[in-house]
Amino acid sequence: MEKEALLSAQATVLAGQAIGAGLAMIAGIGPGIGEGYAVGKAIETIGRQPEIKGTATSTMFIGCAVAETTGIYGLFVAIMLLFANPFLKFLGQ
Amino acid sequence: MNIEVQGPKRMICILDGNGDVTFSISESVVTGWLVILIVLALCLILTKDLKKIPETKRQCAAEYIVKTVNNMIETNMGIDFMRYAPYIAAVFAYIIIGTLISMVGFRSITADISVTGGLALMTFVLITYTKIRYNGIGKYLLSFVNPLNIISEVATPVSMALRLFGNVGGGMIITIILYAALGAASGALYGVFGIPEMASGGYFFNIFQIGIPAVLSVYFDLFSGAIQSYVFIMLTMAYIKMGKE
Repeated sequence: MEKEALLSAQATVLAGQAIGAGLAMIAGIGPGIGEGYAVGKAIETIGRQPEIKGTATSTMFIGCAVAETTGIYGLFVAIMLLFANPFLKFLGQ
Repeated sequence: MNIEVQGPKRMICILDGNGDVTFSISESVVTGWLVILIVLALCLILTKDLKKIPETKRQCAAEYIVKTVNNMIETNMGIDFMRYAPYIAAVFAYIIIGTLISMVGFRSITADISVTGGLALMTFVLITYTKIRYNGIGKYLLSFVNPLNIISEVATPVSMALRLFGNVGGGMIITIILYAALGAASGALYGVFGIPEMASGGYFFNIFQIGIPAVLSVYFDLFSGAIQSYVFIMLTMAYIKMGKE
């Protein structure tokens, strides 16, 4: 490939990666809603039965961590796209 | 503004004749050795000359730790699994010290997917062992008649590894980006007052980098690291217990 064509192809790939990383982080919406719901319910429970505060809090953290998983997958994809440049190798040097 | 996020460095390398690396040990492993030494030193210090009736604060702390872990195993896994208590406590100590070691300038070992993958693999082995031990190998193999079970079986260690790595590594990246942004902001401020840059570019001293990162570090290093190590061992216990049923 000629040098200019290669440069413009690289620029396109990099732009696509940046946009893709941004789109991947839309996955953060779901865990945000889910964790907020879980914490709200835990606080309701503690308000109703203050004696089980410890159990409710630890269970809530586990639930939050599990709910977070999909968001973490999105973050992982975004990190891969931003710092590992997985698609540049398809251009062929 | 120059942002560089790097993986763990190669610390110890063995080179062949042409100068190519044939074998290398990464930074995470070397820091892991340090963590193991710290845990060992803590164990030796805390359990030095134990008495039947505790006299020193050290022994009280040691007894408190052991009691807490035993209680946790008993409430979460039941009395049958008490022999897992040392394993759980060891994994917890390794993860939490390895994560919080970033507070003193090392790279967190859990910000490396190889380390978290290895820890998740150990959990996976334990889950499979528990399943085979309590249900028999025939029933275990029979559960794979439904091929969807293979996916759920593999998803457990993958999600555990990615959860720990994503939280700690994401926090590390955010800290790096924050440092770069604060450096750029101080550069703009210096530009207003007409202070010249150094010959190599950048400034010797960035005023905004004092104090501000510490606030975020409390969340991303201290709180997130502690919570994620706790979550990791809680999920390990929950999955192992589920393997019995």
